[in-house]
Amino acid sequence: MASQIWSGLASQVGSGLTSTSTSIFAPKGTPAHSIFSISMLVLSITTVIFLVVGGLLLYALLRFRHRRNDANAAQEPPQIYGSNQIELSWTVIPILIVVMLFLATARVILSTQNAPKPADALDVTVIGHQFWWEYRYPKLGIVTANELHIPVSDPKHPTPTYLTMSSADTDHSFWVPRLAGKTDLIPNRVNTMWLDPETAGLYLGQCAQYCGTQHAKMLIRVYADSQADFAAWIVRQQQPAVESSSAIEGQNVFQHTACISCHTVAGTIATGRFGPDLTHVASRDTIASGSVPNTSANLRSFIDNPANFKPGSLMPAMHLNDHDLDAVTAYLATLK
Amino acid sequence: MATHAPVTDSVVNSAPRRLVLEVLHDWVTTVDHKKIGLMYIGYALIFLVIAGFEALLMRVQLSIPNNHFVSPQVFNQLFTMHGTTMVFFVGMPVLFGFGNYLIPLMIGARDMAFPRLNAFSFWIASFGGLLLYFSYLGGSGLYGAGSAPDVGWFAYAPLTAHVFSPGHSTDYWTLAILLSGIGSIGTALNIVTTIICMRCPGMKLNRMPLLVWLYLVMSCLVFVTVSPLTAAQIMLMLDRYLGSHFFDTQAGGSAVLWMHFFWIFGHPEVYVLILPSFAFANEIIPVYSRKAIFGYPAMVAASVGIGFISLSVWAHHMFTVGMGAGANTFFTLATMIISVPTGIKIFNWLATLWGGKIHFTASMMFAVGFLFQFLIAGLTGIMLSVAPFDWQLSASYFVVAHFHYVLVGAILFILFAAFYYWYPKMTGRLLSEKLGKWHFWIFLIGFHLTFDFMHIPGLEGMPRRIYTYEADRGWMMWNMIVSSGAIFQTIGTLLFVYNMVWSFIKGPIAGPDPWDAWTLEWSTTSPPPHYNFAIIPTVESRRPLWDLKHPDDPDSHYE
Ligand code: HEC
Ligand code: HEM
Ligand SMILES: [Cu+2]
Ligand SMILES: [Cu+2]
Repeated sequence: MASQIWSGLASQVGSGLTSTSTSIFAPKGTPAHSIFSISMLVLSITTVIFLVVGGLLLYALLRFRHRRNDANAAQEPPQIYGSNQIELSWTVIPILIVVMLFLATARVILSTQNAPKPADALDVTVIGHQFWWEYRYPKLGIVTANELHIPVSDPKHPTPTYLTMSSADTDHSFWVPRLAGKTDLIPNRVNTMWLDPETAGLYLGQCAQYCGTQHAKMLIRVYADSQADFAAWIVRQQQPAVESSSAIEGQNVFQHTACISCHTVAGTIATGRFGPDLTHVASRDTIASGSVPNTSANLRSFIDNPANFKPGSLMPAMHLNDHDLDAVTAYLATLK
Repeated sequence: MATHAPVTDSVVNSAPRRLVLEVLHDWVTTVDHKKIGLMYIGYALIFLVIAGFEALLMRVQLSIPNNHFVSPQVFNQLFTMHGTTMVFFVGMPVLFGFGNYLIPLMIGARDMAFPRLNAFSFWIASFGGLLLYFSYLGGSGLYGAGSAPDVGWFAYAPLTAHVFSPGHSTDYWTLAILLSGIGSIGTALNIVTTIICMRCPGMKLNRMPLLVWLYLVMSCLVFVTVSPLTAAQIMLMLDRYLGSHFFDTQAGGSAVLWMHFFWIFGHPEVYVLILPSFAFANEIIPVYSRKAIFGYPAMVAASVGIGFISLSVWAHHMFTVGMGAGANTFFTLATMIISVPTGIKIFNWLATLWGGKIHFTASMMFAVGFLFQFLIAGLTGIMLSVAPFDWQLSASYFVVAHFHYVLVGAILFILFAAFYYWYPKMTGRLLSEKLGKWHFWIFLIGFHLTFDFMHIPGLEGMPRRIYTYEADRGWMMWNMIVSSGAIFQTIGTLLFVYNMVWSFIKGPIAGPDPWDAWTLEWSTTSPPPHYNFAIIPTVESRRPLWDLKHPDDPDSHYE
C-alpha cells in the first residue's frame, strides 16, 4: 500500500516530462496540435467570461448585502422590473462570441476530418476486441496485437498513418491523447482517423468507451519509429514464426491444447482468431494489452491464469501442469 | 376521514399500534398533492443516500492506482447503479416532489388536476426503483451471471445484447426505467393540465410565478423525450426475447441507432433536471434580495427557448462515433446556441441581486453556490461543444467533472436551498440556520475538492468508467484529492439529515410566512391544510403578497 502510494506520487512529479504522460496539452501530432490551439482559444474566452461574470456577481454580493445597522434597513430596496436595453446587450454580445467560436471550430473540424490523404500514407486496420487490440497492415501482410508501430511523419514529406477501425464485439474507443482525439470502434460500422507523430517515441493511451469488465486494462501503446527503424520492424514482422528445436516440447504442448483455436502462430497449425496473434509475441514489450511487461515470469503467470493480471479477461485459465507451463512459456519466448 | 371515525373507540386500548397503521394507511392511500409530493421527496432522499454510498465506494477504489478494494465486476455495477439511480430515482422524483407540492399552492388551486393519476404515477415510479435494487437479490436468474446491471447508465448496444449480457441484470435495468418512465409521463401530464386549467382567478399565464413556467416547460420536455426512451427500451426487450435485431450488431443491427434513441432522450433529460433548479433559483434569489425578478418576460422566453433548442443538440454526446464533418459542425453550432438563453438567465439573476438587500440565510448561501457553480459548468459545457476539443475530452474524467458540476454544483446546491426555503412551509418548523451554514461550508469544501480537481486527470488522458488506472500516468495525486472531497460531502449530507430530523421535532415554529415572501404558498398556514386555501385567492400581479403588503405601491401598477 505505502509503496503503491510512493511510486504513484513519484511519477506524479515526473509525469510532465516522462514519456508515460498522456496529457492533451503535450501534443505531438497534427490533429492533437490543432485541437490544442482551438482549446487554448476556448479556454481563454471562457476564462474571460468567468472573470467578468464571476467578478460582477462577487461585487453585487458584497456591495448589496443587507446591513443591519443601516438607517433604513427595514425598508425594501427600489423594485426594478427589467430594462430592454441592457437585456438586448447581454443577448447580442454572447451571440457574437458564439458566431466567432463556431467559425473557428468549423475550420478545425473540416481540416481534420476532410484532410486529403497523401499517396504514401500507411494503412492499418484496427479491430477492437474485449479487451485487446488487433492491428493488421493489409498491404504489408503483417498482423500484430496491442502494440502499434507506425512511422514518424516528417512535415516536409508527410507519411501519416490512416486507421480503418471496427469492432469484433462491443463498442471501444481509440484514444492516444498526444497524437489525436479519440474515435470509437463500433461493430458493423467502419470509422477512420489518422496519426502523424512528429517525433519518435512511445505514445500511450487506452480504450475510452466502456466495453465490459476489463475496459480499464485495454491499454494502447503506439510506437512511432524512425523511417529506418520502421522498415526494420516490418522486415522482422514479415518473417514466419521462428522454429527453434530447443522449444519443440513447448510447441507440442501449444499445438495439442486449445491454444490454437484462439491464437495464430503464422506458418503453424495455430490459426485461431479469438485472441491476439502470437507469431512474434516475444518481440513485444508487454502482454495482455499493455497490462504487464513481457517477462517470462509474467508470461507464465498469465498463461497459468489470466485473472492474475486481468480478472474478467476472455482467455480462460488453461490448467496446464507446471512442466507444460514452463515448456509453453519457453516456446512463446522464442517467438521473436 | 369520516370512515375512520368508528375505530376511535378502540384506540384507547392499543393506541400506538393502531396509530402507526392508521398513519401508514393514510399515506399509502392518499391522493393529496402535498402528501404525494412529500413521499416523492422522501423516496428520492433515501435513494440519494444509497447512490451516494455507491459513489463513496467508487472513490475509495480509485483513490490509489491498482487498488483491490472492489473487483472490476463490482465496480462496473457500482457506476451503473449510481448513475441510473441518481438520474431516474433521485433527480426526477425529488423535482417532481417539489413540483407536486408547490405548483397547486402557487397557482391558488386545491389539488392537482388528476389526484388519482398523481398517486398512480408516484407508486409506479417508486416500484421501478425497488425493482432496480431487487436486481442485487434476484438478478442472477437462470444463468448465474451477474446480478446488478453493469452496462452503464446509457447502456450502449451491443453490451445489452444477450451474448454480452446473459442472465437478467439488463432486464432489471430496462424494466426499472420503463416503469419510472410511465410515472414520469403521468406526472408531467398532470402538471401541464394543472397549470393550464387550475389557476386561480386573475392568474393569467404572464402572472404565473416563474417556478410554474419552468415546470410547464420541463413537463412538456418530459413528454417528448421519455417517449423515445420508452420505445427504445421496448425495442431492446424485443431484441433480447423475441428475436428482433434493432440493436443486435451480431445480426446486422445498429449500435448507433441506440445512441440516437438514448441521447435524444438523454440531452433534454439534463434540461428536465436543470429547469426546475432554475425554477427554485427564480423564487429564492428575489426573496432574499428583496427585489422583483429582473426581466420576467425574458426569463420566460429563455426557458421556452432552452426547451426547444435542447431538442436539437443530442448528438453532441456522439462527436466521437464517426459522424461526418457536416453533422459535427451542425451539432457544435446548436449546442453553442443554447448557451445564449442560458447566459440570459445568469445575467438576469445578477441584475436581480444588483441594488437589492441580500440576506445571507443558509438557503441564499446555497443559491449563491448554485450561481457560481452553474456559471462554471456552463463554461465547461461550451468547451465540450467544440467538437474537436470534445474528441479529446469525451468519455474522459473531464466530462464526468462537467456534468457533476451541473448535477451537484448546480442542481443539488439549489435543491438544498429549496429545502431550507420550503421546509418551514412543509413542516411548520424552521430548519436550524446554524447547522445549515455548517452544512453549506463543509459541503462546499467537499464539492470543490472533488469536482474542481476531477477535471485535471481528464485533461491528462484518464478515461471514465475504469475500475483502476496505471501508476505511471501521474493521475494519482488528483484522484486522492478527489476522493478526499467525498468525505466532506458525506459529513455535510449527514449534518443536513440530522438538521431535518432535529428541526422536525425541536425547530422553532415557522408561521405562515417566515421569509416575508410574495407568492401564494406563503398566504396559507404552515403546513397548509389539505384543502390549501379556505377561500380561493384572487391575484392581480406576479407577486400577490407584495401587493397585500404594499397597498400603496402594488406590482400591478407596473406590469
Ligand atoms: C478461448 C480462447 C483462448 C484460448 C483457448 C487461449 N487463449 Fe490466450 N488469449 C485469449 C485472449 C482473448 C487473449 C487476450 C486477453 C486480454 O488481453 O484481455 C489472450 C492472450 C494471450 C496472450 C497474451 C498476448 C498478448 O500479446 O497480450 C498469450 C501469451 C496467450 N494468450 C497464450 C495462450 C496460450 C499459451 C494458450 C494455451 C495454453 C492460450 N493462450 C489459450 C484467448 C485464448
Ligand atoms: C451551457 C450549457 C451546456 C453545454 C453547452 C453542455 C455541453 C455538453 C456536451 C457537449 C456534453 C457531451 C460530452 C461528451 O460526452 O463527450 C455534455 C455532457 C453532459 N452534460 Fe452538459 N452541457 C451543458 C449543460 C448541462 C446541464 C444543464 C446538464 C444537467 C442538468 C448537463 C449534464 C450533462 C451530462 C449528464 C453529460 C454527460 C452524459 C454522459 O456522458 O454520461 N450539461 N454536456
Ligand atoms: Cu473499453
Ligand atoms: Cu447534452
